[in-house]
Amino acid sequence: MTLYALTFALLGVGLYGLLAKRNMLKKVVGLVIVEYAVNLLLVAIGYRTGRGAPILLPGDDPALFAAGSVDPLPQALVLTSIVIGLGATMLLLAMVLRLHQRYGTLDVDRMDRLRG
Amino acid sequence: MREDGDGLSVIVQVVTRWILVLIVVYGLAVASFGHLTPGGGFAGGVVIACGFVLATLAFGGRSGPARAFHRRVAQLEAAGALAFLGVAALGWTLGHFMQAWMPRGSGLTLASAPFLVLLNLAILLKVGAGLFAGFMVLVLFDRLTDAPREGEGGA
Amino acid sequence: MTGMGSYLPLFVVLPLAAGFLCLLLKGVAPRAAPWLSVVSMLGLLALAGSAVGGGGTEVAFAGGWGPRAFGDGAFVAGIALVLDGLSRLFLLLVALVGTAAAIYALRYLAPEPGRPLYHLLFNLLVAGMNGALLAGDLFNLYVFVEVASLASYGLVAYRPGGTEVEAAFKYLVLGTVASTGILLGIATLYAATGMLNMADLAAAIAAGAVPRPALAFAAGLFVLGFATKTAAMPFHAWLPDAHPSAPAPISAMLSGLLIKTLGIYALVRVFFLVVGVDERMRLLLTLLGCLSMWGGVLLAQAQDDLKRILAFHSVSQMGYVLVALGIDSWLGVAAALFHAVNHGLFKSALFLSAGSLERLSGTRRLSEMGGIFQRAPATAVGLVGSCLSIAGVPPFNGFWSKLLILIALVSAGQYLVALLAAGAALMTLVTFVKVQRKAVFGPLPARLAAARELPATMYLPVLALVVLCLLSGLLWPVGVDGVVGAAASAVRAPGEGGSAVEQYVEAVHGSRTP
Repeated sequence: MTLYALTFALLGVGLYGLLAKRNMLKKVVGLVIVEYAVNLLLVAIGYRTGRGAPILLPGDDPALFAAGSVDPLPQALVLTSIVIGLGATMLLLAMVLRLHQRYGTLDVDRMDRLRG
Repeated sequence: MREDGDGLSVIVQVVTRWILVLIVVYGLAVASFGHLTPGGGFAGGVVIACGFVLATLAFGGRSGPARAFHRRVAQLEAAGALAFLGVAALGWTLGHFMQAWMPRGSGLTLASAPFLVLLNLAILLKVGAGLFAGFMVLVLFDRLTDAPREGEGGA
Repeated sequence: MTGMGSYLPLFVVLPLAAGFLCLLLKGVAPRAAPWLSVVSMLGLLALAGSAVGGGGTEVAFAGGWGPRAFGDGAFVAGIALVLDGLSRLFLLLVALVGTAAAIYALRYLAPEPGRPLYHLLFNLLVAGMNGALLAGDLFNLYVFVEVASLASYGLVAYRPGGTEVEAAFKYLVLGTVASTGILLGIATLYAATGMLNMADLAAAIAAGAVPRPALAFAAGLFVLGFATKTAAMPFHAWLPDAHPSAPAPISAMLSGLLIKTLGIYALVRVFFLVVGVDERMRLLLTLLGCLSMWGGVLLAQAQDDLKRILAFHSVSQMGYVLVALGIDSWLGVAAALFHAVNHGLFKSALFLSAGSLERLSGTRRLSEMGGIFQRAPATAVGLVGSCLSIAGVPPFNGFWSKLLILIALVSAGQYLVALLAAGAALMTLVTFVKVQRKAVFGPLPARLAAARELPATMYLPVLALVVLCLLSGLLWPVGVDGVVGAAASAVRAPGEGGSAVEQYVEAVHGSRTP
């Protein structure tokens, strides 16, 4: 339970960075923290205290296996979501570079030309 | 990378030349044995991409091989993706997309699941090239007149 | 499902292969890329056509990993692709609009550099949308939503101007927060049930396996995420910047398809099939819908940029769909889906027309346009036809779907909402009468005296979409009723009770592998 609460605290930290900071790089860092808080939560969901690695060998009883190992599925999900996050972050950084090149600043307030 | 972007000292270059081979072999091993040990195509691809990042830092982004590689990196990435799709599509010959169509071996050996090895190697190519392309785009951003936009790095 | 495999993965494999082939041939045959996109879209059109011809629910499991017996029940262990009435309707829409956009791009993009990358991202966008439409489990829905979203972020930033990249930055940040919210919701449901497959989850939630607070938390996150992807009113801030910034064929894809496949479709799929819709959810949908309907229309009044007007009207039109989804009847769901599809057809025609007008007159400002009809009649006819559709002028399809929404609202006794919807429809009519008068008719500015008709590949796709608008309006009782009706029945049984969920669960589990 403490672990869950901590991941939500981390989520809050990321959201704060995303909303309150005007520097685009800090916003990117905030976004990455938000993504990783959710990834951490997913791993925490799959973890079972005191259980082993989820390797099913030939001849193992599936029911015993399910009762004796951690849940492997969230780990696969997190792997996928990390890859997606990597793509998004890379694209985001390329955009930040392009914007910095054009406006000479990282401050979002000083480049806001959109009326939104 | 130095300001003029043409590499680090000769000591680093020599060491890099030695180490690069090991890094590439290590990446290939991580990918090929992905079905048995922690790792797989993505991890192996990251290792190999890091190797090429090291080479770019050591020899500079303007050296001949780096530029030649950069011109081809998009094609390599595409080839990796198409190889993955092709291997997966061959499963249709047995019934389903992504069905393991190669004979399975036994035990904890490379041949125990050749289908997975092929998929891992395809992902290695895709991720290795994709990550390196992303690095090049971010590092050489101002120098590229027509910067390719990378963002869909992933399998 | 045991012998021959299903063709369903082709909906994703075909555009992916075409996209990466564009990249592979970058140095060898760069001119092949636009044609590869057209070929892949025509292939998808054929596939979607044959899919619409079939009935029932088809299921494909990747690698043949179907449902497995476990304990005293069975659950789906592998990745399932499910084709039901709802998927069919939207797959057809994606194929139709995508084909028009691919043909339009042949000449529209001709002078711009870096085309293989454009076509890679275009095909990734289509692959992501098709995958989301077929995904049979929540996590793959999320993955395909992200594939389509990432491709769209790149495409919004395709023109390297400052405002375009700024719009893309904003879009990416908001879109990623929305996706992260969706993932958090999925994680919550997984923590409660240990399942991801939508059929299994639907059965588990219907049986009360998820505690109420957890279900409410997940539902709130799903509303947040999918309403942002739909650009419903309080979550719309990215759309009026992002959609106009993209090149015209991409604006058409984003406004015509993306907000429906990632927004409306996913919302309907997740709520009507998996999470369940109760009175509070309906009220929330109605509120979001009313806000979007009026907010979009009112904000559009202040704009002079043609593409921004269209973008704000996308927010407004999605409001109608949300309002109709909030009605507790089969007719409401059917009207919502019909309007979503109609909006896909006429809004993509409008964005393509806006691109043509920009190409002809060198500006997107309405106040500087005029008299195009004298110079480019085919382009002008396309714009007028699509304006009449969105304005809800009979016999175009926009009229019939808005009428259906009003009928559904009145028969559900929601007179106030019906009045609001009718008022917003009137405002839309006024706006688009103004748009076509300013853009197409009136005196020709001296600047445009030399303007000439655009190539046929740029006006024929628009005219084809307008003809489709007209046909789906006129032939509503003949063919359209069947497709839209099947889509509505897939998520809501026509009578009382929720047997649509049971049907879905049975269809997925019925194809058991040995």
